[in-house]
This record gives sequence, structure tokens and C-alpha cells, in this order.
Amino acid sequence: MNTKDIVLIALFAALMAALGVVPQITLPLGVPITAQSMGVMLAGALLGAKRGGLAIALFLGLVALGLPLLAGGRGGAGVFFGASGGFLIGFVVGAFVIGLLFDRHKTQPAFLLSLIYILVGGIGVVYLFGVPWLAQIAELSLGQALVGSAAFLPGDCVKAVLTALIAREVRKAIPTL
Amino acid sequence: MIEVQNVSLTLDNSPVLRDVSLTLSERRIAILGSNGSGKSTFARLLNGLRLPTEGRVLVDGLDTAKHGRDIRKKVGFVFQNPDNQIVFPIVEEDVAFGLKNLGLPAQDRARLAEEVLGRYGLLSRRGQSSHVLSGGQKQLLAIAGVLVMDPEYVVLDEPTTLLDLRNKLKIANAIEALEQTAIVVTHDLDLVSKFDRAIVFEEGRVLVDDQPDRATVRYIKAMQDA
Amino acid sequence: MLDLYVARDSPLHALAPGWKILALAIVCSVLFAIDHIALSLGALCGTLVLYRVARLSVAMAWQQVRPAWWIFGLIFVAQLVFNSWLIGLFVILRFAVLLMLAGLLTLTTKSSDMIDGIEAGLTPLRRFGFRTEGISLAISLTLRFIPVLTQVVQEVREAQNTRGLERNPFAIAIPSIVRTIKISEEISDAIDARGF
Repeated sequence: MNTKDIVLIALFAALMAALGVVPQITLPLGVPITAQSMGVMLAGALLGAKRGGLAIALFLGLVALGLPLLAGGRGGAGVFFGASGGFLIGFVVGAFVIGLLFDRHKTQPAFLLSLIYILVGGIGVVYLFGVPWLAQIAELSLGQALVGSAAFLPGDCVKAVLTALIAREVRKAIPTL
Repeated sequence: MIEVQNVSLTLDNSPVLRDVSLTLSERRIAILGSNGSGKSTFARLLNGLRLPTEGRVLVDGLDTAKHGRDIRKKVGFVFQNPDNQIVFPIVEEDVAFGLKNLGLPAQDRARLAEEVLGRYGLLSRRGQSSHVLSGGQKQLLAIAGVLVMDPEYVVLDEPTTLLDLRNKLKIANAIEALEQTAIVVTHDLDLVSKFDRAIVFEEGRVLVDDQPDRATVRYIKAMQDA
Repeated sequence: MLDLYVARDSPLHALAPGWKILALAIVCSVLFAIDHIALSLGALCGTLVLYRVARLSVAMAWQQVRPAWWIFGLIFVAQLVFNSWLIGLFVILRFAVLLMLAGLLTLTTKSSDMIDGIEAGLTPLRRFGFRTEGISLAISLTLRFIPVLTQVVQEVREAQNTRGLERNPFAIAIPSIVRTIKISEEISDAIDARGF
């Protein structure tokens, strides 16, 4: 890991924070949709497994230390014990998995393939952590927790498509990333 | 003394510097040239940020390719855009960064940081966010962050390009006051009029190497002819 | 620095961050290991006492919980439908205690102290060749980058504004990301130049 890697990790951690201030759309019932999960997808798709996962871990570390960087100005150790705690942990693994899938290619993967990678890591893996956690903390069954989380799915799919398009152009502009 | 011996440098298959040989021993040296002439890359050779593809660069006899860490202690580097040089969110922390890398204990770091911030009129800003400083203050902070490490040479890459007249003059004064050998890459011909030597780069080669007044005349003429 | 810390002169503020983190981890584990409403109720009282000890108001404890009210409501309704109101109450109670306790850690500990604490905690790793300075550098850089990013996005938006593209997410996102990555290359040079 050289200096450039450290700087890029910090940059994407900061990008996560910056996406937290993008105005969030609040669904009926008060479920917030934030741009932050897009930062997870971008970190994985652009930085690869190791740097992407570390960027998200660094961001969450700063949140845990008490900086109000999560969407809506939330922060502190409490957020990890909240209902979305599992999703936050899933962010790190999700970025890592997206990166792992992208790292398998020497050149840029085809658009559809990269979209699938982002869906698998950015939604599949994230929910794999988020849903059981929600079930545990709220004493719900897995099925009930999944239904509760499904409200986020359409938004997350839109973000995955956006990420795939953005990542393709950025990688074209900076092939040495 | 910095010796550049038969240096060529190729980036992405295109030659940036072609067989450059120079011995730099004057106290104030200006590096001039148009955009893309290779002058910024040349500056980065002097402290080992870039390494030659062919040839070698010696700083007081030390090869930049072999003694990277020692070279960076000897040769400080100030970048064109202070926004890209200031690493830390708080003014004081940024100045202390280089000292931390030198392995100095916290007490000495605080003392030296205070001293250099005082010298550049930034002492009242020490606890502030580096982001909210003005352009001139940022450039002074960037210079302070380099000088606090007490290098023997200072390379400045277009230190006044992004500044207004008032701040240009501030930086010019700061450069004039330097005890160290200074090598300044610039487009600002006024800044270097009192320098000891001016080297003009064109297409990766040395076009002119002379006293600043004569060098600027030849440089301007060459640009008009081209 | 942007921080959720609230300065007070209290024994909880003075306690080293490491102990507070350890205590939080133990209490949370116990609350999940022993499913009993009496324990959670006791923990709630204990937590509120701790807020008094830290000279923080009950209103501040409430603030830790308030952002999660909608999820509380959803959980309670779900439990009401599928199980019983008593379980719903228990879940919400435990949940509230966790949020308040974690919030207490955040309110009584400066971020910079936590960063120092983490750096100190990581020092043993140096023996295995880890460069722990890299971690504190990354933390500082992130805080440094946040305002830079906002500024870059602002500049790109203004530039796209003249072309009528200021609402196009691609016209904003792509140039902003490309530009900040280029900036980060120069910053990495600047860090190396200062002997990192």
C-alpha cells in the first residue's frame, strides 16, 4: 500500500461523507433513501477490493468516533446498534465484494457484467448483513425483516445503474486508477 | 550542489525530458518555459518525486534513485496549488506533519511549528481549518510546511501562478528571504529578475541558460519567432 | 472539527476512551445475551443516571433516540401484529438503551482523543510491520477532503450551469470524481515530498 492508495482511500471515505449531505428523499412512513449506498458501489467499482473496502471501513470508523457523517447528520457509536447497523457493516463487505469481482478483469468489464457485479455486492451482500441484523435487533423473523427492507430496493437498483454508468466513464478517463 | 547528468524521462511513451545535463549551485535559480516544456517534470526530478528513465540526478553526491528519503529531507518542494499540498485539516497540524515524518517528539514539533507560523504571519490562524484560509495564506502555509523541516534546497513549482498581485508580492518577499538555495519554476518574469541564473526549457531540452535579464530577452524572442 | 462532543467537567468525560468503549461492548453483549425486560428496564435507569453523572440533560439522552422513532414505530407495529405488545415494548426499550449508551460515549469523548486512543491501541501492530501512521494520515486526509469535495462539486456545477446541465447527475458526478482523483495524485506527491 503506497501513499497514493492511502490518499485514494481517504478520498472515497470523504466522498461517502459528501454523499451524506445530498438531500435525502423520505418515503412515506419516514423511510429515508440516501445517496450514501452509491458511495459504497463507487468505491468498490473504482478502487477494487482492498482499497474500496478500506475506504468504507475508514468512513464508518470516523462515524463510530463520533463524527456526524451519516446521511441526516447521524453519527456516533449508536448508529451501529441501530436498526441499520447490519447494513453499515454490509457496506464494507459489499464494497469489498464489488471490488473483488471487478479486480478479476484486467480491462474494463462489459457494462452489463459490471452492473451485475454492483447489484451482487452493493445490494445482495449489503442486504445479507442488514436483514438478519434487523431481524435480530427487532425480534422479527427473517422474512418479516426482508419485507421491511424491500422498500429500499427500487432506489438501490437505480443507484446501481447510475454507478455502473459513472464508473465506466471515470475508468475511461483515468485507466491507471 | 545538484547535478543532473544526461537525464531523459519518458512518460506514457512520450519523451518529456531529452538528455538534460545541468549543475545547479547558484543561490537563486529560475526555471522558465512554456506549458508542456518539461519544466515541472524537471523540478520533480530534483527531489526524487520523479526518477529519470536514463541518466541520474545527484543531490550533494546522493543519487535520487537510491536515497529517496534522505533526498526529501534535503530538498523541500512547494507545489503550484496549495490546496493540493495542504494535507491536514488544521493549520498547525499541517505544519507539524513533516516534522512528525522526521521523527521529532511532540514538544519540538509544537515549538518549531509556532516559530515558522510566526515568521509567515499565520500564528493567529494556527487552530483554524486550513480550508478557510485565503489563497495567499494557503501558499504561505504550504511554504511554511516545507521550510519547518529545514531543507537545504527548496524547489517551488509556479508558486505565484494562482495568486493576485498583493499575494504575489508576499510570496516574492518570502522567497527572497529564504536562507536556502531556491529553484523556482515560474511564468512570472518579474519574480526572477534579481535571480542568479535562469534556465529556459523547450520541448524537454535546455533552450537558454544565462543571467535572468539576458535569458528573458532570448526567451521572449524565441517565443515570438516560433 | 465537526464533532458531536459536548464539553462538561465530569468523571465520565475524564475517563480514557478505551475503558468507555470496553464498558459499552460488555453492556451491549449482556443485554442481548439475557432476554429479560426487567434487565433492560434496569439498564435504562442506569443509563439515565450515567447521563446525570456526565452532567448531561435527559433531553440529550432523548436526542440519541429521537432519529430512530420511525423504526421504533415500525418494530412495535410488527411485534403487535406477529407477537405481542410486551415483546414490542421490550425490543424498543433495549434498543433505546443501546442508542443512549453509545450516544453517551460519543457525547463525552472528543473525536481527536478517540483518534489518539486508536493510534495508541494500534502501536503493537508496528512490530508486525504495519505502518500505523498510515491510519492517522488517512483519517486526517478524509477530514481535509470533505470541504475540498464540496468545493469541486460546486465548481463543476457552476461550469455545467452555463451549459444548462446543472441538474444532470452524470455531468456533475463524472467530472467531479475525475478531478478529485487527479487532485489526489498531486496530494500523494505532496505527502511523499514531505518525507512520509
